[in-house]
Amino acid sequence: MADGTLPTASRREVLAGAGLVIGFSIAGKGEAAETGGKLNAYVQVAPDNTVTIAAKNPEIGQGVKTMLPMLIAEELDVDWSAVRTRQADSDPAAYGRQFAGGSMATPLNWDELRRVGAAARVMLVAAAAQGWGVPASECATASGVVHHKASGRKATYGSLAAKAAEAPVPDLKTVPLKDAKDYKIIGQPKRQVDTAAIVAGKPLFGIDVTLPGMLYATFEKAPVFGARVASADLAAAKRVKGVTDAFVVEGGESLDGLLPGVAVVATSWWAARKGRDRLAATWADHPTGAQSSAAFEARAVELSTQAPGKTERNDGDVAAALAGAVKTVEAAYAYPFLAHANLEPQNCTARFKDGKLEIWAPTQNPEPGRQLVAKTLGIAPEAITIHLIRCGGGFGRRLSNDYMVEAAWIARQVGAPVKLLWTREDDMRHDYYRPAGWHFLKGGVGASGEIVGWHDHFVSLGQEGAFARSAGMSPTEFPARFLANYRYDSSLIPCGVPTGPLRAPGSNAIAFVVQSFIDELAHAAGADPVAFRLKLLGDKPVVGEGASGYAAGRMAAVVKLVAEKSGWGRKPPKGHGLGVAFHYSHLGYFAEVVEVAVDPGGAIKLVKVWVAADIGRHVINPMGALNQVEGSVLDGLSVALHQKITIENGAAAESNFGDYPLMRIGEAPPIETHFIKSDHSPTGLGEPALPPVLPALCNAIFAATGKRIRRLPIETELLKTA
Amino acid sequence: MAFRLNVNGKTMSADVDGDTPLLWVLRDTLGVLGPKYGCGIGACGACTVHVDGAPLRSCSTPVEAVGAAKIVTIEGVGADAVGKRVQEAWIELDVAQCGYCQPGQIMSATALLKAKPRPSDADIDEAMGGNICRCATYTRIRAAIKKASGQAAEA
Ligand code: FES
Ligand code: FES
Repeated sequence: MADGTLPTASRREVLAGAGLVIGFSIAGKGEAAETGGKLNAYVQVAPDNTVTIAAKNPEIGQGVKTMLPMLIAEELDVDWSAVRTRQADSDPAAYGRQFAGGSMATPLNWDELRRVGAAARVMLVAAAAQGWGVPASECATASGVVHHKASGRKATYGSLAAKAAEAPVPDLKTVPLKDAKDYKIIGQPKRQVDTAAIVAGKPLFGIDVTLPGMLYATFEKAPVFGARVASADLAAAKRVKGVTDAFVVEGGESLDGLLPGVAVVATSWWAARKGRDRLAATWADHPTGAQSSAAFEARAVELSTQAPGKTERNDGDVAAALAGAVKTVEAAYAYPFLAHANLEPQNCTARFKDGKLEIWAPTQNPEPGRQLVAKTLGIAPEAITIHLIRCGGGFGRRLSNDYMVEAAWIARQVGAPVKLLWTREDDMRHDYYRPAGWHFLKGGVGASGEIVGWHDHFVSLGQEGAFARSAGMSPTEFPARFLANYRYDSSLIPCGVPTGPLRAPGSNAIAFVVQSFIDELAHAAGADPVAFRLKLLGDKPVVGEGASGYAAGRMAAVVKLVAEKSGWGRKPPKGHGLGVAFHYSHLGYFAEVVEVAVDPGGAIKLVKVWVAADIGRHVINPMGALNQVEGSVLDGLSVALHQKITIENGAAAESNFGDYPLMRIGEAPPIETHFIKSDHSPTGLGEPALPPVLPALCNAIFAATGKRIRRLPIETELLKTA
Repeated sequence: MAFRLNVNGKTMSADVDGDTPLLWVLRDTLGVLGPKYGCGIGACGACTVHVDGAPLRSCSTPVEAVGAAKIVTIEGVGADAVGKRVQEAWIELDVAQCGYCQPGQIMSATALLKAKPRPSDADIDEAMGGNICRCATYTRIRAAIKKASGQAAEA
């Protein structure tokens, strides 16, 4: 496959610039003449002027394999049509941190990768200037050609590359960058570099990796998270035609590591599955077997009436403020565990040979995977090569590397290359779930329709004062700092269910709670939901200090814009309602309006969604950006309408798309997206469009029906009026 | 046992159990990797291929049920004028995010357009309702189908 044929030019690494490491090639002479020049770890220019740019981060559908090379190409000053991209291996010495998470690709690379491109350009100019015996300062570039105006001389990058590769690497901190008004690539809609291959059905994904002599594996784990294998009929599995091996993997206790299970290996995956069906595996008792969603919920209700485990923030005097309020509202909000349900089930291919391990991994986070594999197998991290493979969806699931360590373990044991593929059922039952949570809220409004006090007792998962993974809420979470009287208490329930980040972690639940409760208070105050929110945001451009400062002015601007674009204040048709919400996460400011129609049977029709966003002064690739916003919005709507993982007897009850339904095309409403280009450094887009859509939907349902949604997923039964 | 299959106009043989789903014969035995595995129960459409022109979930179709029927996968659909138009529309609008569902989406969309050259929104909802896109590229899928059928997409 394309990603398996990465060039492995020899290179020495040089350290340059603001902590950025770029590799610098000293390819052999003959090689340089033939292949052009490798200007740094990212940029290779061929004699025919084709530029190959390394895409450093894992591609999960968020478009980084296109967007990050665009940054380099812009400052390199080449035409996008001359650019080829190649997926880099996991190689932090050459590329720094490589991961797909937190919508961080843009903020972390915006400056650095433009400088990488600019540095390569300087080297090409230096080579031309030296050849012509003129000062570099008299040379200009455009479309992959260096010009010397005074003499009219020109040279293509392709003709200069071999020589440029030997030029000194300029200081990345001071390398000159373009004026934004001269951008030719940044801000232009570009198709994904892999679009044609995707549409042609080319083998691009982890599940498609094929190696000579490769065997196929399936791995059965206990339904109860972490339970050990009690018995398995390995002989019966081995009797199935095509099965070459079946064995117990002892595994460990840590839910983040290699878990106990039974591997079945065969000459085809179907044979491995058939073998697995004969295992009749039984499992040892495990304490998590006593846990369930229902028990968590009962405990949460119990804890809500008791003194909290911890007071996370306590501004002013909430009790006094609520006692003096004109109106008070009390409400309990709840949201369930969620699975990631990447359409491509977890998989990984590994080959262990001569003490070295080679891994082809659809992972969002390769280096922790390397560490986990090294530690678990007892081999040196340097003995492991990790090829980054396009992921059939990430959503945070592939930040964990459980499938990687399983594949590595199995491959070493069988001594042949192995592709491990989970079933859909494995995938849904062995996730790091978005944690369930419960918020018990009290709020009050004053005489002039303002919020006078806010008290949230958040019952979450965790123990000994520490939230479970992705189960926390920051003490600066909105509306903290915007209210004189604000209190946030937390209590924790110990939980043996593995949890982890799901797209817009934390925010994907918190926005629902906060922005719904604000709507409740607006209603109590008899105020318009948009006006009420703008008043809450206030007049200060920024609230809070430093990195955690909240740019209230930027948020107010997107709220106003979305109100204008959605025609806020108009009288919607009968049965329709409009709801608004905003949320700040992943450095992005988003406000959204949803219009719904609810029929007497309670059925919800999504009529339209409006999005207003501020992610800074550039939307690097508008074509990908719109896709991300629309996907996030529909993802959030799907979650609100349909999705829930139920823990029963310590295991996930849902197992496939029959009982864990995802939104289908017929439900998807049109989406209208508007960006405000504010004067801030550009930020990411994989996540922040998601959180506000859930409360905007619930608030729209309230506007249409007068029924308040306080629990997800939405039960349409409750909306019935006939 | 040995099966002779007609895949994208080529005869291919596979020595597998008759109850093996067509998807796994295509992928693991014949190396035709375009059709994808998403659910294995006919609920996501990632594995959609055409069998004698009709869209079929290959994960839930035993190979012994296929016989001599003509199987077309995403790798072969471009040989058909409608399939080609659909693929071009998909590229033009840059429909994909992760791309994993798109072979199945394109196969379903092509079958729809062959049956109904100018599908309505309701036709699209029905014909495409069996194909999940976890990345939720649904607005672009709809627009691409309209484009491939020569209808203007609404904003
Ligand atoms: S894999 Fe066949 S329908 Fe999902
Ligand atoms: S593009 Fe990712 S599942 Fe459809």
